[in-house]
Formats: sequence, structure tokens, C-alpha cells
Amino acid sequence: MTNMLRARSFTSPRLRLRGALILATILAATISARATEIPPAERRSDYEFLGPQTRAMQDDDTANPGMLGVLDGEALWNRRDGEANKSCADCHNDARASMKGVAARYPAYSPTLGRPIDLEARINQCRTEQQKATPLKFESKELLGLTAYIALQSRGMPIDVAADERTQPFIVAGRELFNRRQGQINMSCAQCHDDNWGRKLAGAPVPQGHPNGYPVYRLEWQSLGSLQRRLRNCMSGMRAEPYPYGAPENVDLELYLMSRAKGLKMEAPAVRP
Amino acid sequence: MTARALINVPAKARRGEIIEIKTLIAHPMETGFRVGLNGALIARDIITTFRATYNGEEIFRADFSPAIAANPFLTFFTVATETGTIELHWEGDNGFAAAESAPITVE
Repeated sequence: MTNMLRARSFTSPRLRLRGALILATILAATISARATEIPPAERRSDYEFLGPQTRAMQDDDTANPGMLGVLDGEALWNRRDGEANKSCADCHNDARASMKGVAARYPAYSPTLGRPIDLEARINQCRTEQQKATPLKFESKELLGLTAYIALQSRGMPIDVAADERTQPFIVAGRELFNRRQGQINMSCAQCHDDNWGRKLAGAPVPQGHPNGYPVYRLEWQSLGSLQRRLRNCMSGMRAEPYPYGAPENVDLELYLMSRAKGLKMEAPAVRP
Repeated sequence: MTARALINVPAKARRGEIIEIKTLIAHPMETGFRVGLNGALIARDIITTFRATYNGEEIFRADFSPAIAANPFLTFFTVATETGTIELHWEGDNGFAAAESAPITVE
């Protein structure tokens, strides 16, 4: 068949053009089939893919170990720190009112940075600029606790990150990264989480990969962890070089994932296997 | 930071009712078998004993081992006999000690 086509195409430029067109159409079809986003009606929280025991852990606040981090965060919220000797509460008062819905809107555009900033980096911005304190380390108990405490205030609220002319270029960059094959096994995020969600990978269900529960208590980690930790974890699973903590690529991905999960309800601190 | 614990004891119960008590405590439960980045063993740091008393009388006790995961979650059942206090104690390596208590009203 290919030989025939080739033989023919050598003889007639018109047929050669037609062959190229057919090939282009086939290619376009496979590419679009590969890069299909999950339709909004089929978007499901990763919670739905959990076993009954893990769900029970998340459903009960006295069984969810992520709530221990929330207790740490609440204490930090009220603790004065830095040269300014101010606590978060001195400016923002009661987090239960002032932080309601905030985590559902992050990463958000930062005019000073000219790019999106995630919740962890925003907390550290407050620390350095307002409290005149040292920034908290990524994945430290303190930063995870504060993030979890703030994220808890958005529980049950739909994800609502801004998709406007300022954030759009970064959402597009995140989507591009999500669909790009990378690493030694040449895989993209989309191949699992767009194309094969609901199927099994080594006995475990492949979830859609929504970020609506971060920071999560991951049983494998035996601790709370941020979305960036999870992304780096997926990257090394793909045998790719993970981006360092705080890298703009990570934040672009976080922003794209949040826009992809728009409308899903926040459940932080979630429990994941 | 002090050890954080979350406990769930029913505030009210009928006399003779079987009640469930749930406890969760923040602890790394370092096994003592892991090797650190410098190649040396990380010293064991676990909770060794858990004890629960109901108005001073011991109703439950558990010995913990290195195989128990971080932030141990433990639940057990008891019979609601009288109004009073349920006290929970955790003890472990490096002088670790934590205690929580909750009142219970029995009608």
C-alpha cells in the first residue's frame, strides 16, 4: 500500500498532494485525540477514585492526619514573628472570615512579580514584606501547616482561578507543559490524566489529577505535602528532571491544573494514598 | 512545637452504651532502621505506650512498635458507665509524653 502510494506519487504531483493531505488529516486526528481535555461534565475529584478506608479518613476530621497540620497552621497564624513583630492575624484578623475562598483562587497573578504566584509563595511574600521575617522553607512543617490552615477555609467552595489576559499566557504555558512528552520514558502528564484516567496503573486507579485538595496528607509520604512536591514526584516517576521548588514551570503547571479543575470543590487537607 | 493530638470522645452516652474513642497524634514514628543522607542510621524515635483511663481506672493500653506509621491513629471501644473524664496518655522515646482528656456525660 505504501509502496503503491509512493510509486503513484512519483508519477503525479496531484496525487502526491492528495497523499500528503490524507497523511496530514490522519496526523491531526491522532494529535487532537491525544490532547483532548476532559469535558467539564466528566471532571471528578481524585477523592472519587479513593478506596472506602481512605475516604473515611478524609471525611472525619479527627481521623484525617492533615488536620494536625491545620492545628500547627492555626497556632502560627496567631504567633507574632519577624522584625515587625506582627502575626498574620494582626493584619488579616480571623482567618475563618478573611481567608474564605482565597485558596480556591490561587495561583493568582502578582502585579509586582508580573507572573502568577502560588499560595505558598504568597505566604512567604507576606512574611518577608509585612512581618520582615525569613521566608519559610518549601515543605517545612510550618509552611505546610499555614497553607493547610488557609486552604481549609475554602473547603467546599468551587475552584475559581482567574483566566484573564494577564494569566492566560501562563495557563497556556502550563497546558503546553502538561501535554509535552518528557523524560526517559517519553511520557506526558496528559497521557495518564487526560487519556487514561479511571484505568489502572500497577493496580491503583489513575485519577484525573485535580489539585483541589492541596496540601494533601499522602499516606505514602506519611506527611502533608504541597502540589509542587506532587508534581516533582510525578516528574521523577516519568524519569524526567523535576523542576526545582518555586520554579516558574511548576507554578504554570499549578495554575493550568487549577483552571482545568475549575468548579470542583476544594477539599484541603485531603487524604491521598 | 508541642505534640498535636486530635481526639474524638462522644460528649454524651446512655449508661451501658458501647462507645468508640478515636485518637490521632502527631509523631514521626522514626523506625530506627532508616539510613540518613550521611550513611548513618537515624535513631529510633517512636511512641512506645498508649494508655487510656476512665475516671482514673485503666480501660485500654497499647504497646507501639517501629512498624506503626507516622501520626498513629488508634480507636477502641469501651462501655459508658458513669459521668466523668476519659484521659489519654502517650509515652515514647526521648522522653516523649503527651496527654489529652475529654469529659463524658452518662445519662
